[in-house]
Amino acid sequence: MAAACCGMPVSAGLSETKIQRFSLASIHCAACIKKIENCLNALKNVKSARVNLSMKRLHVTGSVEQDVIIQSLSEIGFDALPLNDTILEKENDKVGNDLLIRMAASGFAMMNIMILSVAVWSGASDETRNMFHLISAIIALPVIVYSSKPFFRNAYNAISVGRLNMDVPISLAIILSTLMSLFETLNDGQSVYFDAAISLTFFLLVGRYLDHKTRRTAKSAAKELTALEVQNTQRLEKGCFINVAVQDLSVGDLLLIPSGERIPVDGYLCDKSALLDRSLITGESNALEIKESSDLHAGEINLGHPLKMQVTTIGEFTSLRRMAALIETAENGRNSYTALADKAAQIYAPLVHLLALLAFIGWFINSGDIRHSINIAIAVLIITCPCALGLAVPAVTTAAISRLFSHGFLVKHATALERIAEVTHIVFDKTGTLTVPCIIVPESWSVKDKSVALALAQASGHPLSRALTKALTGVLPLDIYDLEEIQGEGVQAKLNGEQVKLGRGSWLDANFSGFGLKIGKNPAREIETSEELRNGVLSMLDEIDMPAEIITGDTYHAVKRFKHMVNLPITAQARPEDKIERLSKLLSQGKKTLMIGDGLNDTAALASAHAAIAPSTALEASRNAADIVVLDHDMKNIPLVVRLARATRKISKQNFAIAAIYNAVAIPIALAGFASPLIAALAMSASSITVILNSFRLRTIK
Amino acid sequence: MNVLVVLIPISLFLGSVGLAAFLWTVKNDQYDDEKGNAARILIDDE
Repeated sequence: MAAACCGMPVSAGLSETKIQRFSLASIHCAACIKKIENCLNALKNVKSARVNLSMKRLHVTGSVEQDVIIQSLSEIGFDALPLNDTILEKENDKVGNDLLIRMAASGFAMMNIMILSVAVWSGASDETRNMFHLISAIIALPVIVYSSKPFFRNAYNAISVGRLNMDVPISLAIILSTLMSLFETLNDGQSVYFDAAISLTFFLLVGRYLDHKTRRTAKSAAKELTALEVQNTQRLEKGCFINVAVQDLSVGDLLLIPSGERIPVDGYLCDKSALLDRSLITGESNALEIKESSDLHAGEINLGHPLKMQVTTIGEFTSLRRMAALIETAENGRNSYTALADKAAQIYAPLVHLLALLAFIGWFINSGDIRHSINIAIAVLIITCPCALGLAVPAVTTAAISRLFSHGFLVKHATALERIAEVTHIVFDKTGTLTVPCIIVPESWSVKDKSVALALAQASGHPLSRALTKALTGVLPLDIYDLEEIQGEGVQAKLNGEQVKLGRGSWLDANFSGFGLKIGKNPAREIETSEELRNGVLSMLDEIDMPAEIITGDTYHAVKRFKHMVNLPITAQARPEDKIERLSKLLSQGKKTLMIGDGLNDTAALASAHAAIAPSTALEASRNAADIVVLDHDMKNIPLVVRLARATRKISKQNFAIAAIYNAVAIPIALAGFASPLIAALAMSASSITVILNSFRLRTIK
Repeated sequence: MNVLVVLIPISLFLGSVGLAAFLWTVKNDQYDDEKGNAARILIDDE
C-alpha cells in the first residue's frame, strides 16, 4: 500500500502550542465538566482544557494530537467532534459586550437619578429641587449621549434612506425629552424627564442585548455546523498519502478514502470495485457496489475497503455545492417572512408620531402655550415609546432558543420558531431521518454461528463489522486464532482447525455480492443489511398532534419492510421533484408544512417547506436548508420543539397585549396633560418588568 | 439638609464602584459561559 511508505499520515500545521476546539453535544452538568477536564488535564501534552457549557464546546491548548483527545473522551463516554478553527470567528462577542457596557452605564445612571427623583416626587422644592434636577442633568447628559448611540445610529440610517423604523420614535423621544428637561432645569421648571429618558434607554438596551444574543446564537449555530464538516482528506504526493485540506485539492489528484469516510469531492473510482452508501444522496437504504472508473459523488460514504479515487471536480462545482447554492436562492422566499416584532413596529412607529403631533397641535390650539404643548407631546412620546414592545419578542425567543439548545437543537434561523408555530402538517423523509442502518442477523443462525461472527467482526474496524458487533450484543465471542484481515475482502481466522471467514460474497465463493459468513466447508450465508427506527421515533410519532406522512426515495421493497413499524401514509420511490410537488400540493390546500429530512434528495424540499428540521448527520446542503438542526441522535424531542414554538408565539402575543394595555391606560392620561414624570417612569418600568416576568413563564412549558 | 452634601457624593461614588466592577467583569469575558459558571460552583476541589 502506498500509505505504508510513510507510516501514519502526517497532520498538517502542527505547532508546539495550538488551540483545538471540539463540539460536545452530550454534556449537560457539572459532573460532565469535571470528568472531561480531569481526564484531559491528566493527558500528556495538554496545557489546559476548558469546557464551555453554554456553547457545549471544549477548548484544549497544548501540542496533543486530535485523535488522542477524541479517543480519551470516547473512553469516558463523550462523543467529541473537532471544529474547524478558521471558520469559527473569534469567540469574543464584541457587539454584545459593547451593548452590555452601554446597558450597564445607563443602568448606573438610572439608579442614581431615580434616587434623586424619589426625593423630588416626595416633595423637595425650590433650591433643593433645582439642585437635584441639576445633578440629574449632569449624570444623565453624558450617559444618554453614550448609551443611546445604537438607537441614534439606526434611526439616522433609516431616515437617510427615507424610511421609518422603531428607532426613530425612540431617538426622538430621548432627544426631545432630554433637551426639554435641560431647558426646564435651567429655568427652575417643575418637572423634568431625565429619569424617564434614561430608564427608556436602559430597558431598550436590555431588549437590544437579548435580541442580539438570539441572532448571534443562530449565527454561530450555522457557523458551528460548517465547522463540523470533514475538512481533510488524504492525497497522493510523491508516493505517500498526505493529509491535506479539502479546499487545497485540484483536479487530477489521487485521493485515498478510508472505510466509513465521506467522499469530499466528485471524481471516479480507481480501484476494481467499491461498496458505497448513497442514502444521503438518493434515499436508498441498500449499499451499492460500483465498478472501476464509475463516478463518485461528494457526500457518498465509503462502506467497503479504503478506496482510491481521481478528482474530476472541486470546490463550487461539485454536485454537492451546486445543490447548496440552489438552496440559498430557494431560501430567499423564507427570508421575506416578516417577523412578529417587525409587523408590530410597522404599525406602531407612524402611530406614535401621529399621536404626539396631534397632542401638540391640539394643546397649542386650545391653550396657546407652546412650552406646555411641547411638554405634553414629549410626555406622549415617552409613554408610548415601545420599551415593552422592544422586549416582547426577544425576551421570549432567547429563553426558547436556550432551552432548545440544552435539548440538543441548534436554531439556525431567527424566525424559525415563529414559522414552526404555524405548522399544520409534517412531512418526514425515511432513510437517515426516521431510520438508521442496521444489520439483521438471520434467525436461522445457531449460537455457534453468532459467536463466530462476533469474534470475527470484533477484529475489524469496518463499518459493517461494527454494525454487526452491535447487532450481536449479548453474545459471547468464541476463541479464534490466526486472525487476519484481508484489506477490502474481509476477516478470516481459524476455529478448532477450521477456516472461518466473514466478508464479501465473492471472496467467500458465494453468489451474492453483499456481506456474508462462511464456516469451514459449509456454503457461505448472506447477512442482510437493513434499517431500524431511530431512538425515540415511535414516542415522537405518538405525541405529534397533527397529520404527518412519509415521502422517501427508497424502493417499494425496502418500504414494505418498514411499513409495519409506523402507522403513517408512505410514498415510496419519490424523486426530489416529487417531494417538492407534494409540498406545493399541501400548500395549495392551505397547509403549512414542516419538512424533516437529511438527504441531498430532501434539500430542495427542506428549502421550500414552511419550516425545516434536519439531523446533524445530514449533509451540509441539507443542514443549510434547515431552520433547526438536531444534534442528538434521538428524535423524541421534536414535539417539544413544536410545543415550545407555539408557547413562544403565545407568550410574545401576550406581551404585546400587556404593552398595549399599559399604553391604553397611560396615553389618555398623557393626552389630558396629567402625565407627571412619576407616571411616565411608572408606566414604562412596570410594563417592561411585567413583560420580562411573563417571558419567564416559558421555562415552565413541558 | 447639609447632610446631602456628604450623602450625594457617597451614593455617586458607590454607584461608580459598582459600575467599574461590572465593566471589569465584561472586559474579562465573564459572561461567555453563564451555564458553565453556574455548574462549576458544584464541582469539589480535591
